[in-house]
Amino acid sequence: MEFASAILLQVLELVLALLVAPLLTGWVNQCRAWLQNRSAPSLWLPYRQLAKLFEKEVVLAHNASGLFRAAPYFIFACMVLASAIVPTLSTDLPFGPAADVIALVGIFALARIFIALAGMDVGTSFGTLGARREMLIGFLAEPALLMVFFTASLISHSTSLSTIVETFAHREFAIHPSLAFAGVAFTMVSLAENARVPIDNPTTHLELTMIHEAMILEYSGRHLALIEWAATLKMYVYSCLGLALFFPWGIPQGALLSNLLIALPSLAVKLGVGGFLLAVIETASAKMRIFRAPEFLGTAFMMAVLGMLVHLLLETGK
Amino acid sequence: MPLPIPELFSIDWPLSLVVVWLLIGGAGLLAPRNLAFVGKTLYPLGALVGLALAVVAFEALGEAPQTRVLVLGLPDLPFHLRLDSLSALFLLLLGGTSAGISIYAAGYLRSGEGTAPGLQCLEYHLFLASMALVLLADDAYAFMVAWESMAFSSFFLVTSDHRKPEIRRAGYLYLLIAHVGAIGILLSFGVLQSGGALSASNGVADYTFAHMRATDHDAFWASAAFGLAVFGFGAKAGLLPLHVWLPEAHPAAPSPVSAMMSGVMLKTAIYGILRVSFDLLHHPLWWWGVLVLALGLITALFGAVFSAVQSDMKRLLAYSSIENIGLLFVGIGLALTFRSFDMNTLAALALTAVLYHGLNHAAFKSLLFLCTGSVLHATRERSLGKLGGLIHHMPWVAWLALLGVLASAGLPPLNGFVSEWLLLQAFLFTPGLPHGYINMLIPVAAAAVALTAAIAGYAMVKFFGIVFLGQPREEKLTLAHDAGILERVGMSWLGILCILLGLFPVFVIDKLDAVTRPLLGAGLGEAVRAQGWLLLAPINADRASYEPLVFLLMIVAVVALTFLIVRRFWHGRVRRGAPWDCGFPLQTARMQDTAEGFGQPLRQVFEPFYRLTRELPTSFDKLPRYRMVVEDHFWYWLYLPVAHVADFGSRMVAFLQQGRISIYLLFSFVTLVVLLFLVRG
Repeated sequence: MEFASAILLQVLELVLALLVAPLLTGWVNQCRAWLQNRSAPSLWLPYRQLAKLFEKEVVLAHNASGLFRAAPYFIFACMVLASAIVPTLSTDLPFGPAADVIALVGIFALARIFIALAGMDVGTSFGTLGARREMLIGFLAEPALLMVFFTASLISHSTSLSTIVETFAHREFAIHPSLAFAGVAFTMVSLAENARVPIDNPTTHLELTMIHEAMILEYSGRHLALIEWAATLKMYVYSCLGLALFFPWGIPQGALLSNLLIALPSLAVKLGVGGFLLAVIETASAKMRIFRAPEFLGTAFMMAVLGMLVHLLLETGK
Repeated sequence: MPLPIPELFSIDWPLSLVVVWLLIGGAGLLAPRNLAFVGKTLYPLGALVGLALAVVAFEALGEAPQTRVLVLGLPDLPFHLRLDSLSALFLLLLGGTSAGISIYAAGYLRSGEGTAPGLQCLEYHLFLASMALVLLADDAYAFMVAWESMAFSSFFLVTSDHRKPEIRRAGYLYLLIAHVGAIGILLSFGVLQSGGALSASNGVADYTFAHMRATDHDAFWASAAFGLAVFGFGAKAGLLPLHVWLPEAHPAAPSPVSAMMSGVMLKTAIYGILRVSFDLLHHPLWWWGVLVLALGLITALFGAVFSAVQSDMKRLLAYSSIENIGLLFVGIGLALTFRSFDMNTLAALALTAVLYHGLNHAAFKSLLFLCTGSVLHATRERSLGKLGGLIHHMPWVAWLALLGVLASAGLPPLNGFVSEWLLLQAFLFTPGLPHGYINMLIPVAAAAVALTAAIAGYAMVKFFGIVFLGQPREEKLTLAHDAGILERVGMSWLGILCILLGLFPVFVIDKLDAVTRPLLGAGLGEAVRAQGWLLLAPINADRASYEPLVFLLMIVAVVALTFLIVRRFWHGRVRRGAPWDCGFPLQTARMQDTAEGFGQPLRQVFEPFYRLTRELPTSFDKLPRYRMVVEDHFWYWLYLPVAHVADFGSRMVAFLQQGRISIYLLFSFVTLVVLLFLVRG
């Protein structure tokens, strides 16, 4: 019975991720429009865009290879897998043991490498440019993200996300100054990884500045739909990760369906607030030159390492 | 009387297989120019022997050590051989990898490339046999003989295409550093044998490993032996600052030889360092581990940073090998540190990561080098700037290379990820070390490992993207042909190894337990077996776990489901068209990003690492030319000064060489008088 409800929760979590992810993107866009004094687009716009793209036919470049056609499915699958691992509704997930935080970083890296390779496949200058920039962001963001996870792992003595969240949410309350550093680093990494404003602008198609959009310039129809959906999923997964690591309260421990009464509303509130804060950050900051990005991410990396050092110096009690 | 057939795990099997390799090599001389005989008969036979060696080595894992004394050798110093689990594991690596490479070489050989095929066959099999003997040797004499035969046979293989001066130069550099390293190893064995005493006071001068094991070394001499071993084996492995031969020799050698050197020969150096530091020396000091860890970290970061800016595909892979060797040394350093504080289970975790990564690197790096061989044959081009779009013309090579690239970038669910995962797990235990500063600094070193792994991903995307994706940068690339059937078999074998090592880590770690247990008295076998074969949890499931098979199945299932749903609810319509040209229709394939362009962000971020020479065209140039050379600081900081000193010294000595017989007779006379004077005193 316990196992059955765990499976049910796992499926529910997955479906929720798939359905809610575009909504989160819509919400962030709406908040940003309000903050910038524009009239906001509909909350449901991302869904309509996905539906439209699925309807449209695919236009493939003449020399697009099989890799180009397979990549969107792989990227989508990676993000679905990532959303299955991050605890949102329960910490007792059947897929939990399949991958820990290090493997989670591996999933993001896998998706990134596929999208970069797909960007290089057609052989236009834009695709390669985007791929190169994406890998630049990636190789700086990936270790920073890993170090954030390491800080959490050193505190909870585990790299399993479920155990980390359980430690933070359900054991005695303790203040960890190291997590403040880790939190700042994580925010910076999430902005970079999700192609948000200081690093990339999700709404621009200005040639000189785009990163993510440059890579997927050749995609159309259902392929583009899958990539867009995967991008919204990635933002959802990052948001949930941040919430699980730094604001884990409200994620129930056992696999009981009745826990949903607490889990669902708290998740909705947290995501709503988080999305609004993201819009605030994006409105308050300007996009950087691409060569400032290494400095930005280098700072994130240093913050994450500093967080780990702070933990080792102050919190281990030696 | 029926011939007694030894058990499968007996040491007699590897020995006889080594003899068979030598015989196959010798047979090559019977018809040195007969390509069909050498290529289609001898190399496949060699591959079979490799496979058989892998099987018997696998059987020998976990068996009690066996020794043999051969009649060969000097009168008082016969060859001692010994097969224990550590040797067996590396023999397994040698056999398994060489099976794939030999079968590939059978298809790869072409006539009219430098050394005659038959002679090359002899050198190649001598190389294999000497590597096997290095792993089996049980005394310093046999070890050094095998070690030097390995260096010489591989030198001749590197210089196969000896008509080109740059290849001869690369071979010379390789031989030079191999011998500088060999001196270190020789001295290390000397210290181990005597325990620091200047004469063999205990009366035994057999130089066997058994004797060294039994000798007690005080801290100073043990450290001396260890330092010399790190220097000597480090030179062979490509540890900084003795790495410079690697990016020269690997591109110079024919591709199967590059694969062999990178995949297997570098591992014999790892074997040597493990043999000395965990077996022959009893208890490491804590600073040994920290030293090796630091050296490894610097090497790994250096290799990764340099591999990302290369524009020759084999040099890129060679630097990536340096990076992987660095990671192996990081693991060894961790294992030594844990061992010095008697934390044996954790030492076993780090050592398992090392051994696992050794196996993985052998599989994926050999695969990638073989892929470059096929590209080289199909296009005659090694420079990344002149390749591109090969996925359309060489699908087999391209998809297998993709497998190798993903494994090499350390991505789940392939094999490179598992060993990096184990290494990072070992790092997470370092705060428990009972030493004030070390327990704080070492976890931070994990940051450098993570950075290295990420840069390796960058280099791998560059390698695959530039070679196989995009549009062909040259006209002739459209004529490229896919690899032949034997080449495909060889590469697929290594590709399958990458997948299997990635998907069944519990099984592999269970086997590695047999190696770590005799060395450290601890292993991960029981812990991983307890969780079943699906779930990898080296310490316990609450702490960390990873299920590669579930991981893969989940991805495959989502891909399949998504595909079916999209097709069922929408449509599968596709229209082919020209790529979007940004309103500028005159684009050519040459306008794609180049290898230099792709490496540019990294050059910018890590500028102090490189010695850059840029030639930028001015607006008045008739023929504008852009040139960018990335060099290694070590050449200018270390090698050239040393070379100048050596040059100066030999000039001084050359003063003696007057070329007149009367002068030489005078030398003899003076020497005689001086000696008489001394003897009289």
